[in-house]
Amino acid sequence: MATTAQEMDPAQAALLDKVEPAELYEQPLVTNNRDFNWVTNKICGIVEAGTPTWWWVCMAVALATASFTGMGLLWLVSTGVGVWGLANPINWGWAIVNFVFWIGIGHAGTLISAVLCLLKQGWRTSINRAAEAMTIFAVVCAGVFPLFHVGRVWFAWWLFPLPNANAIWPQFRSPLEWDVFAVSTYGTVSVLFWYMGMIPDLGTLRDRAVQRLKAGAYEGATEFKKKFDEGFDVFRKYFYGIFAMGWRNAGNHWRNYEMAYLILAGISTPLVLSVHTIVSFDFAVSLLPGWHTTIFPPYFVAGAIFSGFGMVLTLMLPLRAIFGLHDLITQRHIDNMCKICLGTGSIVGYAYIMEFFIAWYGANPYESFAFINRAFGQYWWAYIMMFSCNVFTPQLFWFKKVRSNWAMVWVMSIFINVGMWFERFVITVTSLANDFLPSSWGYYSPTIVDIFTFFGTFGLFSVLFLLFIRFAPMMPIGEVKYVMPQGDPHGHSEEHGHGHGDPAQGQGANGGQH
Amino acid sequence: MSNLHSIIASFPDTPSFFHAAEKVRDAGYKKWDTYSSFPVHGMPDAQGQPRSKVPIFTFLGGITGFTLGTLIVWYMGAYDYPLIVGGKPFFSPIFPFPIMYELTILLAAFGTLGGMFLMNLLPQHHNPLFESDTFLEVAGDRLVIAIESRDPKFDPAATKQFLQDIGGTDIEEVSA
Repeated sequence: MATTAQEMDPAQAALLDKVEPAELYEQPLVTNNRDFNWVTNKICGIVEAGTPTWWWVCMAVALATASFTGMGLLWLVSTGVGVWGLANPINWGWAIVNFVFWIGIGHAGTLISAVLCLLKQGWRTSINRAAEAMTIFAVVCAGVFPLFHVGRVWFAWWLFPLPNANAIWPQFRSPLEWDVFAVSTYGTVSVLFWYMGMIPDLGTLRDRAVQRLKAGAYEGATEFKKKFDEGFDVFRKYFYGIFAMGWRNAGNHWRNYEMAYLILAGISTPLVLSVHTIVSFDFAVSLLPGWHTTIFPPYFVAGAIFSGFGMVLTLMLPLRAIFGLHDLITQRHIDNMCKICLGTGSIVGYAYIMEFFIAWYGANPYESFAFINRAFGQYWWAYIMMFSCNVFTPQLFWFKKVRSNWAMVWVMSIFINVGMWFERFVITVTSLANDFLPSSWGYYSPTIVDIFTFFGTFGLFSVLFLLFIRFAPMMPIGEVKYVMPQGDPHGHSEEHGHGHGDPAQGQGANGGQH
Repeated sequence: MSNLHSIIASFPDTPSFFHAAEKVRDAGYKKWDTYSSFPVHGMPDAQGQPRSKVPIFTFLGGITGFTLGTLIVWYMGAYDYPLIVGGKPFFSPIFPFPIMYELTILLAAFGTLGGMFLMNLLPQHHNPLFESDTFLEVAGDRLVIAIESRDPKFDPAATKQFLQDIGGTDIEEVSA
């Protein structure tokens, strides 16, 4: 700066002196200068403290809601698939809509845990565990629908290539069979990834239980309370101990763990992209106007990520408020999630418009009819819901004021969820209801059994998620510590930032601390 | 000193912990390890450890999955019970690609997790270190280096002195 100023005339130089360059400030990932112990206590404390009253209330509501799925399925299994609102020509109704809806929600979890890991996004650390849990539970909810849609659910195992008495095998030329493999692999790999990430934290919970048992200082109003707390710690010691597999936090453990984590992230990335691609093949491989398009795979994947981040926001904002996690899930995290919603929401909006353009440009009368019918036909209301929720809502995330208004973000995340459900409804139902032959056109309405089954899955999801926040560490403790300045082996940023060792190592990986 | 498992020392912050590990490595110890509740960046190099072998297991899993996927589609659709569906071929490397792809990923993931356990010699539910109260504090913020007695260079007095020299505090003997 000094040399430049000398070459300029004095008036300009004087002006330049008045310019104060803006300090580029990066919001830290863990705010308020918390230390390691605080992080451990905060995250483990949620699991170790007594069960809060609101948890029991939520659990009761969630179980009651989940019972609707139970009733719906009981009704279905004891009667037959006819109790659903499916009738010619609409043989794919809510079941498929709900399946795609739930599977899509799961995608954000894998995106956060895998794709953002490969991109070295430090902010993923505090939200990835809960998002992965969301993925697994969403896949469970999704799985209910195709499983029971087969009709005789006791034969559902025929979906898998297992020898059976009829000596027949699955039909591998069908996209539906590809879907069986995609979804079951996705569910399994998500569980493995989630579990492996949790091992060090389970070890921490085990060690803390042992510490308390050794200290033996249980405080309680009554003798029973003391005994109960101690008994619970004995349970924890064994329960978490078994699942922690003897994890010792050793450097050698971390070395193999980090490699395994990186590889799982690396193979989950093509996996998550393939899952919704194959889900979209269920539609795209058919010859139906409105389904038979090559835009489907990327469009479905973007939509899935969009809806998934909507759900992450729906879940994380209340959790953050209830457990006081504001130092771990900061405004920066919320900003980033909103921006991903904005980005993927815009891709989805682009896809909606591009579909219309191609329907016209492709000059296929059936195709253009399908799209005009989607927007202005008998299901216009669903199209309006879809378009307004998915295209207009995320555009508000351009504004910082909106992103920092948590109540508004939360409400908008619900809109996103609603909009994405309607997207699947529009795609599935409109194309089937009005296909090539007007004589076979129909109108689809769900029955009470459809509604019960779908409504209940929100309860099922909530039950699983409540169990997760009660019994499992909600955030990866080690990863959060890793992105804190204290976790940097080369000292705190400025003074040592570029001094040591391999320059590629000190840089970047510590979440922008340098 | 046959009942001595290891000597452990604690370090106040991550940089001193990291540099102490480098010194233990340079002193030529082999049977030792660092313990921290989070992965320290660059620690494998500081400990002189080679690259992890987990990818080998991933690769084996992936190859098995790909082969299995190809074989089941061929065996079931083209060999054991060929069915004519829409005039499509009984077997081709194209249409079953999703099956091969998903099974590759599935078994690669199992290989990775299994490889991680195998390389870390887990599950191993008992270890003498767990008996130490100091060691249990690693779960919080303690940073520990433990040199095991089975190390050829191990000498109770000299090792203890060495750990002190490189900045270790709370030095403790852990019995086997």
